[in-house]
Amino acid sequence: MFDDRYTLAYRLYPYERHADQDKDTPVRHPVVVMGGGPIGIATAVDLGQQGIPVVVLDDHEGVGMGSRAICFAKRCLEIADRYGAAKPMVEKGVVWNIGKVFHKDGQVFDFNLLPEEGHEFPAFINMQQPYFESFMIERAFELQKQGAPIQIRGKNRVDNVVVKDDHVVIEVMTPDGPYTLEADWLIGADGASSPLRTMLGYDFTGKVFQDSFLIADIKMKNDNFPTERWFWFEPSHGSGASTLLHKQPDDVWRVDFQIGWDIDRKEEMKEENIRRRLDAFLGDDVEYEMVWSSIYTFQCKRMESFRHGPVLFAGDAAHQVSPFGARGANSGMQDVDNLGWKLGMVINGQAPESLLDSYNSERVHGAEENILNSTRSTDFITPKSEMSHLLRNAVLELSEHYEFARPLVNSGRLSVPCVYDGSSLNSADALIGGPARTRPGAPCPDAPLADGFLLPKLGGQFTLLAINAEAPEALTEDGITANVLSLNSSDDKTGALAARYLGEAKSAVYLIRPDQHVAARREAYDENLFRAALKRATGKE
Amino acid sequence: MAELILTPNIAGGDDFYEELINAHDGLSKADSDAYNARLLLILANHIGDRDILSAAINAAKRKA
Repeated sequence: MFDDRYTLAYRLYPYERHADQDKDTPVRHPVVVMGGGPIGIATAVDLGQQGIPVVVLDDHEGVGMGSRAICFAKRCLEIADRYGAAKPMVEKGVVWNIGKVFHKDGQVFDFNLLPEEGHEFPAFINMQQPYFESFMIERAFELQKQGAPIQIRGKNRVDNVVVKDDHVVIEVMTPDGPYTLEADWLIGADGASSPLRTMLGYDFTGKVFQDSFLIADIKMKNDNFPTERWFWFEPSHGSGASTLLHKQPDDVWRVDFQIGWDIDRKEEMKEENIRRRLDAFLGDDVEYEMVWSSIYTFQCKRMESFRHGPVLFAGDAAHQVSPFGARGANSGMQDVDNLGWKLGMVINGQAPESLLDSYNSERVHGAEENILNSTRSTDFITPKSEMSHLLRNAVLELSEHYEFARPLVNSGRLSVPCVYDGSSLNSADALIGGPARTRPGAPCPDAPLADGFLLPKLGGQFTLLAINAEAPEALTEDGITANVLSLNSSDDKTGALAARYLGEAKSAVYLIRPDQHVAARREAYDENLFRAALKRATGKE
Repeated sequence: MAELILTPNIAGGDDFYEELINAHDGLSKADSDAYNARLLLILANHIGDRDILSAAINAAKRKA
């Protein structure tokens, strides 16, 4: 028996018997990824683009139904663009910038994300998760056609894993029965309830929140609701202790009701009961069609370590946050971005295995930041004591009249990329007067150039970005080459490049990692110092 | 005369709010109320300026 655990939206990689299943001795692969969700597929695309053979094992044959994650942040899109998958996402997605916060029925205030000019990608798009996954899978197929060594095996369920010193042994179940595989590296991208984590007995600790949320995604033609994020605290319609309304493509709206801890799930999931809440919220005369609904509870948890020898965890399998702030899928993509190049270099023998420990420390740092922010949002939205509730409502009441209280209103702190301050891969900041936002550890902000944008010219490999500075054509240190991108003021018509990368400095040379994070910067090129920085950024110091 | 500040004036507001909420952890409602009263008096003493204190007392009376 091999039943699906959930309904598929798109069946994209039906089960096919593979030659590995007929071998007498298990075939060894460099990398096996467990899980075909957005994080697993993105990992395969990252490695495939580098020419590293990768096998994805998914116990389903495509993309699951249900909108699920809907907010994708700029950094996530920039990473997807490095993977060649972002353009259709932006075309499909709904761009939004305005948010409004209400208490009871009155508007407390509104905010504008005020996206900075001069970026290729918007601050956020909304799009149903199946679209995000499908675009990523289509990209994987496109790479396959171009010869990239990516395999995605549908209905291949991992039933057991034995971790050896330098590889893992994987028991896989298929509709044709079991077979055994080996892998030098195993990536656990198998989601929040990660069977791999459970199989290997790794801990997953943190905080569980005692509240439930009912998602009702509905389709309606309604001009009364603009493309904005609307959030109500204690709405008078009474359908929830809070309500969120947010637009998705195809005239679909996300409605999210906070319905309390002590509920009868089965009863609440009945269409008539969901409709009763929706009607109270929208008014009896509003027509809509129900698309997808789900009840969720959530937790802010993480694994203590994302690396266990040859096994690495990424995405929800490694860390879980509450949905406020869109820090789930967006942070998972940052995991992949961080892991891909490091694993590639280790497999190619260009960097020591210890480079992967920096994946753990940098992404644990990211997870901590996301957990902190999403825990604070959750504490504000679902106050856990009478006093906490009283103070929360005082903030809301004050913020209607007094500007000072508005920054304290917390209906979600939206995902921003993590800065790897203090990472062992960073060299000390040596650019006097350089902007803080591009200090070592920071992700590179985009900037418009004379011929397109900056970010597509970075990434995939190490880059030396020289602005108004002399630099050689390339720098090679111990088998790793940093290509040079030389720019000067004539490339910078808008002044954004200077504002973001020079600050008060006249010139700058940046060493930028394959994941577009800054590793080192100084005013001028110095061969010895940049050789040292490149060694440091690849874990050789 | 100094004016009551009613624009954002706390760096790291989320951090402050978390610390404030955490201070109430494990307290009964009565103990929480008493804690708030003590905190209020400590802050008032720190401000000191009588005009500012009067302005704050009035500002807090305004309700939605």
